[in-house]
Amino acid sequence: MECILGIRFNDFILLAADTIDSRSIVVMKHDVDKFFPLSKNLLMAVCGESGDTTQFSEYIAKNVHLYKMKNDYELSPRASANFTRRMLADSLRSRERYNVNLLMAGYDEVEKKAELYYMDYLASMMELPYCAHGYGSYFVLGCLDAYYKPGKLPSGVV
Amino acid sequence: MSYNGGGVVAMKGKECVAIASDLRFGIQLQTIGLDFDKIFQAGPKLYVGFPGLATDTQTVHQRLKFRTNLYELRENRKVSPKVYASMVGNLLYEHRFGPYFVEPVVAGLDANNQPYICAFDLIGCANAPDDFVVAGTCEEQMYGMCESLWKPDLGPEELFEVISQALVNACDRDAISGWGARVYVIEKDKVTVRNVRTRMD
Repeated sequence: MECILGIRFNDFILLAADTIDSRSIVVMKHDVDKFFPLSKNLLMAVCGESGDTTQFSEYIAKNVHLYKMKNDYELSPRASANFTRRMLADSLRSRERYNVNLLMAGYDEVEKKAELYYMDYLASMMELPYCAHGYGSYFVLGCLDAYYKPGKLPSGVV
Repeated sequence: MSYNGGGVVAMKGKECVAIASDLRFGIQLQTIGLDFDKIFQAGPKLYVGFPGLATDTQTVHQRLKFRTNLYELRENRKVSPKVYASMVGNLLYEHRFGPYFVEPVVAGLDANNQPYICAFDLIGCANAPDDFVVAGTCEEQMYGMCESLWKPDLGPEELFEVISQALVNACDRDAISGWGARVYVIEKDKVTVRNVRTRMD
């Protein structure tokens, strides 16, 4: 299963994703881009069911852009995340649910802080200092529990 | 209901109520977050907790907020605990054949500062007893703890001790509840929120 992970620091967020698209043991594509920028300060990393990821992310991205066009200012990261959650939750109990797990990272210009939102395919959302989806989470979360500090990233640590 | 885990308990005291929840946000065996409070404020002296499936916790809270906002706009007054409980039951039964997987717990003081607690099952059956209510994956453990520790007419400080011990010890015996707890004690002139240490596993 694809892995995406995010770590929030004081002024920035690191988001990482693998670039594999596979069905069970067969790797179909090596160079998938799982990131969808929603605005200048907002980035979403998506994994899950192949078609749903693109369809859902584009839908959210276009709606975020529409808000900016209508209102002349951008949605904050918190508002975008809640909007995304609402879309995902509504689709959950309707004709066919979007099977996507995502991480949304944004820098709020007004509050001057970075926010990282974790959302699973059932639309449960949490703002977290670090999080990951996929099998990679089993390895990474333990490390981060032990070594995470919100201050500046020490040089050489990846 | 045991996909995310969690537990909420509410108890009546003498002119006060307390409601408490654990703080774990997990997905089956994996713990993801440690600050997922399942209790939300619905009025100045009214709190509600939604243990169960995390997505429904958030959705039901948002849908109820919408309804109470409209109520407060139309009626020009804050919603009382009994009315709020009735709204919760109504919302849940509307989804009788496709329910929200939450078991809400309402706790508050009514207009005369008399304590009120109420718990629901996932389709809206209300239960408003005189002592305590529990809900969540560790509800059986909580029943045992509450039955042993609760007494009528506890003051706010004692109620805090009793509800904290009940929640903490019940969560310690449940693998998917715990990772911290938050306790709200609602009295006629103030609400005190305290974080309680539990086993972090």
